[in-house]
Amino acid sequence: METAWDIDLCALTIGYGSHIVLHNVTASFPAGRISMILGESGSGKSTLLRHIIGLSVPKSGRITIAGTDCTRMDDAEARRLRRRMGVLFQDGALLGSLTVLENVALPLTEHLRLPKELIRKEALRVLGMVELEQVADYYPSQLSGGMRKRAGLARAIITNPSLLLCDEPTSGLDPLTAARMDILLLTLHRQFPGMTILVVSHDLESFHHIADYTLVIKDGLGIFSGTKDAFYASNDPYLVRYRTRSSEATVADFSSTMDPRVSSELSRWLANP
Amino acid sequence: MGRCVRFVCNMLASTGAATIFFGKGLLGIVESGRIGRRTVAQIYAIGCQSIFVIMLIGFFCGMVLGLQGYYTLVKFGSVGLLGSAISLTLIRELGPVLTAIMLTGRAGSSMTAEIGVMRISDQIDALDVMDINSMAYLVSPRLLASLVAFPLLTALFDVIGILGGYVTGVLMLGINEGVYFYRIEASVLPIDVWGGFVKSLVFALLVTTVCCYQGYTTHLRRDSAGPAAVGNATTQAVVVSCVCILAADYVLTSFFL
Ligand SMILES: Nc1ncnc2c1ncn2[C@@H]1O[C@H](COP(=O)(O)OP(=O)(O)OP(=O)(O)O)[C@@H](O)[C@H]1O
Ligand SMILES: [Mg+2]
Repeated sequence: METAWDIDLCALTIGYGSHIVLHNVTASFPAGRISMILGESGSGKSTLLRHIIGLSVPKSGRITIAGTDCTRMDDAEARRLRRRMGVLFQDGALLGSLTVLENVALPLTEHLRLPKELIRKEALRVLGMVELEQVADYYPSQLSGGMRKRAGLARAIITNPSLLLCDEPTSGLDPLTAARMDILLLTLHRQFPGMTILVVSHDLESFHHIADYTLVIKDGLGIFSGTKDAFYASNDPYLVRYRTRSSEATVADFSSTMDPRVSSELSRWLANP
Repeated sequence: MGRCVRFVCNMLASTGAATIFFGKGLLGIVESGRIGRRTVAQIYAIGCQSIFVIMLIGFFCGMVLGLQGYYTLVKFGSVGLLGSAISLTLIRELGPVLTAIMLTGRAGSSMTAEIGVMRISDQIDALDVMDINSMAYLVSPRLLASLVAFPLLTALFDVIGILGGYVTGVLMLGINEGVYFYRIEASVLPIDVWGGFVKSLVFALLVTTVCCYQGYTTHLRRDSAGPAAVGNATTQAVVVSCVCILAADYVLTSFFL
């Protein structure tokens, strides 16, 4: 039987040093579905993803992927797991000294014994999926932020992973490109029915279009975990505000006046270029 | 007092960590299937691009030795020994040490900066996630390349230095040409050449380990973060490398004499 690549978080507490970022989070992301971790900026979404990938070790609690406890895994098991994972980092994390094509082909060139031409063809095919064939020979520093993200996604999917983890695939993209990114994820989802896709985002629009399950984090706690429909049905005031993008804050909360000493000095500086 | 103890403890801890790091780098040489091409690229970066500056420094170093040696030896009426003095100083000491220090500045610092930037922009994490051993990918080729580049450049430094000494001693100060070269041939023994060779190998491993280690652990620095951490790591890599070179030089010299 095929392994079911589901992810379970159990009473997970994570952080950096003595700084606790998430406390006692329990959630599960079922296999073969698209799940989304929602939360405000700085709430710890990327941190949670790093722990799921296995780049950091949780303070307490358990992360179970496909039935294996990731916190108690030997080296061989960890590598077996990593080979089935594709990860898109928040800013792409492309290797700066390789071209886009070499970056995307890297997992193949490093691990497989295949002729160069074949690998190149395969990398170009995947770059085509993210509409980047024409910049295949550029270096990452010559790309825009959105292009880097798409190239990062191409590199993540070139090995047909069973588990695709994306950190904010649509943030910083224009609405059309973001929509194409969503469609690309949906296409992958259709093409590979067993693939579990976990997306970190704060983009409600793409949540609406692609997600099946969600975990919402706020102030270091997982305040909601369940299906998209349950999310829309929930009466929790925070979730309602999140859904409707209505902040409690008013214009008055942010207005404040500049110290007169600063403003007079500033006008002096502006007047004498 | 407490700070002193903490400083020593930190130093011991990072020495231990760097030693383990070095071991992993060596293991990576055996493990990595495709190390050849990356090593050649690194030999180019470390070695070929440093040839000119090494020649320049070697030449002036030899010229200065020629001048100083001449005016010291002339007091004892033994300027004929100038060839021995210059060649032994260069081959045993100055060649390996100055080459290593120059390469620390030229190649070592750029290793730290490059690996440090990769660390802070998640590129090393990305390698690990793709199940590409980042040590074998980044550190092992540099270790191998430095083992090739350091001895070759040291040899070049020695030869050019001896020519520099020839320019001041023979061409400018008028020592007999035959005497100069005869003295070199007569006084330099194979053990001297071997000593210099071994030194350059040890310095190669020291400098590369220190510089790669500093870059690889940029994100763990407590004094700074982000780009500033890369800067500090680079500075520290150069300083620590230079100290290590001179300390190791003392130890090795006491063995070879
Ligand atoms: N390397 C680090 N060391 C210490 N604290 C960190 C580190 N990285 C992030 N943090 C802290 O962890 C918290 C969560 O950061 P994280 O990057 O996970 O947020 P995020 O939800 O991904 O935000 P965004 O949507 O802006 O990307 C923040 O309070 C941040 O200050
Ligand atoms: Mg983030």
